[in-house]
Amino acid sequence: MKQIVVISGKGGTGKTMLLSSFAALAKNKVLVDCDVDASNLHLMLDPKRLKKELFFGGKKAHINKNKCVSCGLCKKLCRYGAITEDLKIDEFLCEGCGFCKEACEYSAIEMKDNLSGEWYVSSSKYGPFVHARLRPAEESSGKLIARIKQEAKDIAIRDGLDYILADGPPGIGCPVMASLTGADTALIVTEPTLSGMHDMERATEITEHFKIPSKVVINKSDINPDNTKSIEAACEKKGIEVIGRIPFSESIVRSLVARTPPILGDSADIKQAICEIWEKIQ
Amino acid sequence: MIVSIASGKGGTGKTTVAVNLAALLGDVQFLDCDVEEPNAHIFLKPSIGKTDLATVLFPYFDKTKCVFCGKCSGACQYNAIAVLPANIAFFEHMCHGCGVCTYVCPEGAVTEREKEIGRILSGSAGKINFIGGRMNSGEILSAMLIKTMKELIDPSRTVLIDAPPGTSCQFVSAVHGSDYCILVSEPTPFGVNDFLLAAEALEKLKIPYGLVLNRADIGNDEIRDICARKNIRILMEIPFDMEIARLYSVGEMFLEKMPQYKEKFKAMFEIISEITKK
Amino acid sequence: MMICITSQGDTLESQVDPRFGRCAYFVFADTATGKFEAVKNPNLEATGGAGPQSAQLAASKGAKKVLTGNVGPNAMSTLAAAGIEVVTGVSGTVKEALANSK
Ligand code: SF4
Ligand code: SF4
Repeated sequence: MKQIVVISGKGGTGKTMLLSSFAALAKNKVLVDCDVDASNLHLMLDPKRLKKELFFGGKKAHINKNKCVSCGLCKKLCRYGAITEDLKIDEFLCEGCGFCKEACEYSAIEMKDNLSGEWYVSSSKYGPFVHARLRPAEESSGKLIARIKQEAKDIAIRDGLDYILADGPPGIGCPVMASLTGADTALIVTEPTLSGMHDMERATEITEHFKIPSKVVINKSDINPDNTKSIEAACEKKGIEVIGRIPFSESIVRSLVARTPPILGDSADIKQAICEIWEKIQ
Repeated sequence: MIVSIASGKGGTGKTTVAVNLAALLGDVQFLDCDVEEPNAHIFLKPSIGKTDLATVLFPYFDKTKCVFCGKCSGACQYNAIAVLPANIAFFEHMCHGCGVCTYVCPEGAVTEREKEIGRILSGSAGKINFIGGRMNSGEILSAMLIKTMKELIDPSRTVLIDAPPGTSCQFVSAVHGSDYCILVSEPTPFGVNDFLLAAEALEKLKIPYGLVLNRADIGNDEIRDICARKNIRILMEIPFDMEIARLYSVGEMFLEKMPQYKEKFKAMFEIISEITKK
Repeated sequence: MMICITSQGDTLESQVDPRFGRCAYFVFADTATGKFEAVKNPNLEATGGAGPQSAQLAASKGAKKVLTGNVGPNAMSTLAAAGIEVVTGVSGTVKEALANSK
C-alpha cells in the first residue's frame, strides 16, 4: 500500500485538481481530503455519505460564575490571553490547556469537551472517500486529520487497496505535518510565481525535515518560463525530481466549474501531462 | 482601525489585494500574519530594520529532582509527557508551552526555557510600517507567533493584516479584534465553498466583512447570487487579466502599473471606513 | 516476567492487534504466575500522543517486554526510556504470541 500526499506550501496552486485527476486514474484506492479547514475535494467527487462521526478536538475551559470569587489568578496565568478583563473565557483564544482549572483554588473552572467538527466516510464514483469538516474558527485540525487518515488506512487495509491518495492542506504548519505523517511520497504542486517558488522552498523544508521523499509538479508552467526554469534549477540542487509541468489552460477552469477532474476535460495536452505525472509517481 | 484581509483558501489574490491597498493608502501599519507562507514582502519590498526572535516557554525536566509521581503527565492536555517508573519522556513537538506542568510539579523538577518558534521582522517601505512573521518549519505554535506580532499593533494607525488562508486557529488569531475583514474569493465552486466557510467563521467572531471578487469574469454567478441573498456586500470586482497575473508572478504591485484600478480601491476603502465608523 | 501483548479482544484467544498506541486492549501476562489481565486501551480515542501514553501504561503495569505488530517512533522511544524490550511483527492469537516469545 502506498500513501501519496499532495501538498503545495501555498494554496490555490492546483492540488485538488491534480488529486481529483489521480482519483479518476488510479485503481484500488481510498481518497482522503486532509484540507479539513477548507475542503474542496468533495466538490469534484460528488460523494454519497455513508457514515458521519462527531469530532471532539480537545477541551475548552468554562468558568462557573457561582463558584468564582473573581481573584483573577487564571487571567494572570493563561498564556494565550484567553481570559478577558471581566473573567470570561474567550472561546476563540482558549487552547484548552487546563492551566486555569488546575490553578483555581475555588474549583470554579471545568474543562468541557469541545465539538469541533465532523468527519465522514462516503462512497464516490472513484472509490471510498474519507473527508471532514472542521467547524469554522476551530483549532485542532491536526488531530482531525490524524483521525481521518487513520480511517483511510483502516479502509485500505480492510479492502486490500493499493493507494491512499490524500489532498493536503495548504501551508507548512501542523495540519501539513499531520497529513504527511506516514506518507510514502509527497507531491509538491507549485506555480512559477515568486510566491509559489518561495512557498515550495518552505514545503521542501518540511518534507526534508520528516524525511519524506518528494517530487515536484509545476502548474501553469507557461505563465512565466523563466521562473519555471529557476524552480527546476532549485529542485535539481536539492535533488528533488520535477516530474511534470502542466500548462495554463482554460480547459482546467472549465472542468473545475463543471466539477469534474480535469483529466476528464476537453484538452488532450492536459490529459497527457497529468497521465505522465501519475505514471511517474506510482 | 484594524482591517484584515483574508480568504477561505490561498491563491485567491488575498495578498494582492492587501499589498495594493497598503501601497495606495501609504501611511499604514502592515502585518503579514500569513506566517506559514509570508509573501507580502515580495511586493512591498520593505527594508528590514530589525529581526526579533519570537519565543515561547518550554518545560525542561530535571531527572535528578523528579520523583516520577506523574502529576505533570496527568495535567498535560496534549499528552506531551510520559512518566515512567524511573524515567520521564518529553515530546517537544506535542507541547503547547502552556506551563501547567511547571506549576503542578511538587518537586520543582520542571523549569522553563525559552524556545524559538519563529522570527518577527520589522521594517519600512515608504511610510508603511511593515511587520512580518516567519514561522520555523516543523513548528506548530503559529498562533503564538501571530499573537506576539499583534502586540506590536499601533492602534492610532490604520492597520492592515494579511491573514493566513483557511478558517483555522491561525486565521482566528490573525483576524481576532479586527474592525473589518475583507474576504477575497473567486467565482468558482471552490471559491464559493471556501468563502462561505470563512464568512461563517467571521460571523461567529462578530467581525463585519465584505467580499472582493477576484478573477470576477471566470466561473459563474453563484457567489453573486449568494451575496445578494445573504446581504453580503461585494466591495470590488477585479477581472481576470493576464497582465495582473504577470505582474504578480514577478512580484510587482499592479496598481502602480495599472492606475485604472486605483479608484476602485479607494472607493472600497471609503466604504469600509464608513462601515467601521458606525 | 510481565509481558504486554496488544490485542483486539480481552481473551487469550483474541488476535494480536497490529497497532501499539491505538490497539483495542493490552493483555498483561505474568509468566511467573501464569496470571493474565486484559486492560481496555484508554488512549484509543486520544487525538494525539496515544503511543507514549500507552507506553506509560505498559511501564506502570510493570511490563518488561511488549509484543505487537507495529510501534510508532514516539512510543518506541518511550518504551526504550522505560527499559522495555519491544518485539514487533507479531501476529496470530495472544496465546500463540506468548508461546512463541518463550
Ligand atoms: S508546557 Fe503544557 S503542553 Fe507543554 S508539556 Fe507542560 S503541560 Fe504539556
Ligand atoms: S510532576 Fe514533577 S516530580 Fe512528578 S513526575 Fe512530573 S516532573 Fe517528576
